[in-house]
Amino acid sequence: MEVVISGDTLCQEGQSIERPPRIGMHATLPPSAPESYAAHATDLTKVYGTGDTRVVALDAVTVGFVRSRFTAIMGPSGSGKSTLMHCMAGLDSLSFGSVRLGDTEIGSLNDRQLTRLRRDRIGFVFQAFNLLPTLSAVENITLPMDIAGRKPDRAWLESIVQTVGLADRLDHRPGQLSGGQQQRVAVARALAGRPDIVFADEPTGNLDSRSGAEILEFLRGSTSALGQTVVMVTHDPVAASYADRVVFLADGRIVDELHAPTAEAVLERMARLTPAHQV
Amino acid sequence: MFRTALRNVLAHKARLLMTMVAVLLGVAFVVGTLVFTDTVGNAYKERYLTTLRNVSVQVTPPFDQESGEPGTAGEDTLRRLQRLPGVASVTGSVKGFAAVAAKDGRPLAEDKVSMAGNYFPQADGKDDRHPLITGRAPTGPDEVLVDTSTADQGGYKVGDTVRLAIDGPVLHKKLVGIVRTDNTSGSGGTAVFFDNATAQNLLLKPGQYDGFSLNAERGASEQRLATEARDLLPKDSEISTGAQLREQQRAEAAEGTDGLGQVLLVFAAIALFVGIFVIGNTFTMLVTQRSQEVALMRAVGAERRQVTRSVLIEAALLGLSAGAAGFLLGIGVAMAMRQLFASTGSGVPDGPLVVAPGTVLVSFLVGVVVTMLAACLPARRAASVPPVAALSTLHTPPPARSLRRRNALGVALIVIGVLGVVFAASSGETGRTIVLFPSALLLIGIIVVTPALSGPAIALAGPLLRRFGVPGTLALGNARRNPRRTASTASALMIGLSMVTGLTVVAVSATTSLHQRAENTVTADFEISSRKSDYLPASVHDALAKSTAVTSLSPRRQSVVRMGDNELNLTGVDARSIGDLLDPSFASGSLAALGAGGGKNLLIDTTTADTYGLAMGRRVPVVYGDGSRDTLRIGGIYHNDEFLPTTMMPLATLQPHLKEIEDTSVLVHTKDGDGETVRRSLQRALDQNPLIRLRNTDDLADSAGGGAITLLLNMLYGLLAMAVVIAVLGVVNTLAMSVFERTREIGMLRAVGLQPEQTRRMIHLESVLISLFGALLGIGAGIFLGWAAGRMVSDSIQGYEMVVPWGRIAAALAGAALVGVVAGLWPARRAARLNVLTALKAD
Repeated sequence: MEVVISGDTLCQEGQSIERPPRIGMHATLPPSAPESYAAHATDLTKVYGTGDTRVVALDAVTVGFVRSRFTAIMGPSGSGKSTLMHCMAGLDSLSFGSVRLGDTEIGSLNDRQLTRLRRDRIGFVFQAFNLLPTLSAVENITLPMDIAGRKPDRAWLESIVQTVGLADRLDHRPGQLSGGQQQRVAVARALAGRPDIVFADEPTGNLDSRSGAEILEFLRGSTSALGQTVVMVTHDPVAASYADRVVFLADGRIVDELHAPTAEAVLERMARLTPAHQV
Repeated sequence: MFRTALRNVLAHKARLLMTMVAVLLGVAFVVGTLVFTDTVGNAYKERYLTTLRNVSVQVTPPFDQESGEPGTAGEDTLRRLQRLPGVASVTGSVKGFAAVAAKDGRPLAEDKVSMAGNYFPQADGKDDRHPLITGRAPTGPDEVLVDTSTADQGGYKVGDTVRLAIDGPVLHKKLVGIVRTDNTSGSGGTAVFFDNATAQNLLLKPGQYDGFSLNAERGASEQRLATEARDLLPKDSEISTGAQLREQQRAEAAEGTDGLGQVLLVFAAIALFVGIFVIGNTFTMLVTQRSQEVALMRAVGAERRQVTRSVLIEAALLGLSAGAAGFLLGIGVAMAMRQLFASTGSGVPDGPLVVAPGTVLVSFLVGVVVTMLAACLPARRAASVPPVAALSTLHTPPPARSLRRRNALGVALIVIGVLGVVFAASSGETGRTIVLFPSALLLIGIIVVTPALSGPAIALAGPLLRRFGVPGTLALGNARRNPRRTASTASALMIGLSMVTGLTVVAVSATTSLHQRAENTVTADFEISSRKSDYLPASVHDALAKSTAVTSLSPRRQSVVRMGDNELNLTGVDARSIGDLLDPSFASGSLAALGAGGGKNLLIDTTTADTYGLAMGRRVPVVYGDGSRDTLRIGGIYHNDEFLPTTMMPLATLQPHLKEIEDTSVLVHTKDGDGETVRRSLQRALDQNPLIRLRNTDDLADSAGGGAITLLLNMLYGLLAMAVVIAVLGVVNTLAMSVFERTREIGMLRAVGLQPEQTRRMIHLESVLISLFGALLGIGAGIFLGWAAGRMVSDSIQGYEMVVPWGRIAAALAGAALVGVVAGLWPARRAARLNVLTALKAD
């Protein structure tokens, strides 16, 4: 679990709201107009449990993901990076603060609306177990649209399938595909519905380096060539180096960020973070 | 290993619950059967306890050889018996028949015990055969007692006037008391008792008894009394001691209940057989889920044998606890069975529940053995998990073994089974003894090939399911995903439904044929006959003739004539009206012959024609009962039918030669058909005499066996319900397991936008799909087996034609769909309520 025991004075829920916003963190963000964000979190706080078992996973995080950009979220285990992704993707509820997806405030949505939001406006790529074994590759790709009862955009679908190189495997079942191919199907599924934003949770975690590199290329290509917005959680500096920008999390707070990263630079930042975290 | 097994049972208790319930229900059925038969046996044994309590010796005079009637003995015999040394008291018995009407006039207990007897007070003024509950003993010809069963059914209270009939007109008697009697115990019959003289006058002959029971003084030998009584009675009297009577009662009870117990145990075995599928399925799933755990145990040094043993110990523990719970539930089942049998009026006497010590042992034994048997294969499969599987992080389900050998075996079994059943069916009555074996082979064959069948069969439902959108498509895929599991789940339902369908086909065909035939041959609206004796008094015919509701009528008037060396039973019918009332199917000639030929035409049925070698047109010399001679001509031969007399001749010809009028029945045609209103108006015309029975064609068909078949069918439905309930649990179990196994998949589906209700629908559709698949297999097999069974019984049921009861089959299918919905409720709810994030992280 990516959680951090709070050593903070934050004990009462009422108090945390009255705390002054962390201006310093804001200052490090690029100055952009709010409407250019595909998703934006303000003072996003996630608390698990109460009393002695109270754990603050995200501590008033304010972050925006600019449209058509590829952002990586990095951080040591337990830094809150997956929780951040889950909260912003409508998979988990917020304790405090707000999350906007485009112009939708997702904190005010109920479960049905959140489900519809995920279906229609968000794409997902998970680390493993991404596909339904009973459906063929193409059925897996169109699954969210089939659930919605929408007809997929044929031309767009074809171009996606071409890009990920699956044209000749569309009728295969996941069991007949390699791990890399399965993950490419998953990426195609995430992109097929032209979502506002794609969230990828350790998409290369179970792949060999070559297949992993392919997936990362697709994700990057989808932002540069197709104008998609992609947010990826990873702990692999090489994977993060494919992104336009890397946001570093530690102890539930954003502690750093890097633009146009290289693997070495990411590794160096992480090395700086980790000892501090372990103290 | 034992501790590991115990921990496993505890750790997976929720998952094992369903399995346990399956075992439990099977055990409960077995226990219920045993307790029920013991109870019924005991009840029969104790049935005449009150009657026999004070009987030391029972004496019955010999049959009267001349009249063929039961023998009687008079007051003098009674007094001589009383004077025997060692006799405390003697009770003289008078028994007979009395039809009783309810207070509102409707006849009571038409097909049941309707007894009448004497109230024989001893010195203390009481008759200990029938202890009084309220009121007093009857005195004089106008008073009567009824038993509790009659009072309850008829709505009678002390002081009311009871309407009854012995063998003629309606009698009105004042009810002075209510008694308890063994004779109607649990049967729903009626019993009335008169004072001694009245009973003798009405039921026997004045001053006569049909038997005596002697109550010995304390210390007197029953045996000696019996010997002494013999000298006082006519030769060939039947004399039994109390001990002999009780022994006889015990033997009869055992004989009656052993057969019943065996039949019930067959159904219990079916339920257990179905249970084995459910249990085996669960263990297979548990073992698959635990393969990593097992591999770890193997990796740290557990032997294959130890793994197998661990699973088997787990099964034994489960079986033991299921046995215990099943035992308790079984006692409830026994009570339910008694209700079931009591409701059919099969006359099981009341009595306390009897739980034999052996039953307790059996319940545990059955629980353990059945569970371990079912766990055998899964246990072996568990042992074959390689230790290296513990090291792989990903779940790799064991590769499905090829079904080819399995299919070959299944097809072979089916072919042998079908050929065997067809052979048995074509060998008629002799086939009955051998048909069970090929039927079982056929069903097992179907079970063996079901996994291979499930894929294509379920694919057929594809177009329909896809209309439900993504949930439908996913349900289709899920149902086909694990053919073995789908198959064994469906097989459990298949077994129950094949029996239900087979029995329904035979029973419905038989009753439909009976009703059809009654309808075809009897065009009369009602047949009026006596409940007691074979004959109605002529007054019934006359009363009906006066009724305005009746448009035409004819008696079936009997007379025995001599024809050469043979006696022939002739039935006189009204030549003018018989055409409205009966419609025999003629081999030659027609009903019109009765009105022609100067009244000398005789119609006979094919059996009579064959027996006496009579052909159409033959002239037959006959001697009537009054000695006059005549020559009749065979004017027609019709097909033998139980609803028709064996011969028919014009009443006008027969009537002058009759000494007394004896009508077996009167047939009437009415203005307004055979409805309830008409029935009531006819009953009123007949003074609402409870002795007289009115039957329309449906009633006739029911009396001819249709009613008994329907009753039996409903009883068998009740017994098969247990097997079906277990099968339903199997469906619940399978779905719960698949939801559990697919937790991550469901999490992913929810993440990409499947709404909770869509998730629920997906599980429900899968459930319905599996249930319908099993139901269709069962119905198919059942129709075939029903056809075969029909071929075998068609000899004994005239005009038997197979009827496929589509209505009931549709109901069974609808029932199966409902089973699917109900079985899916809990798993679907669970699936819909899964937390997306937790589900995504599940292993």
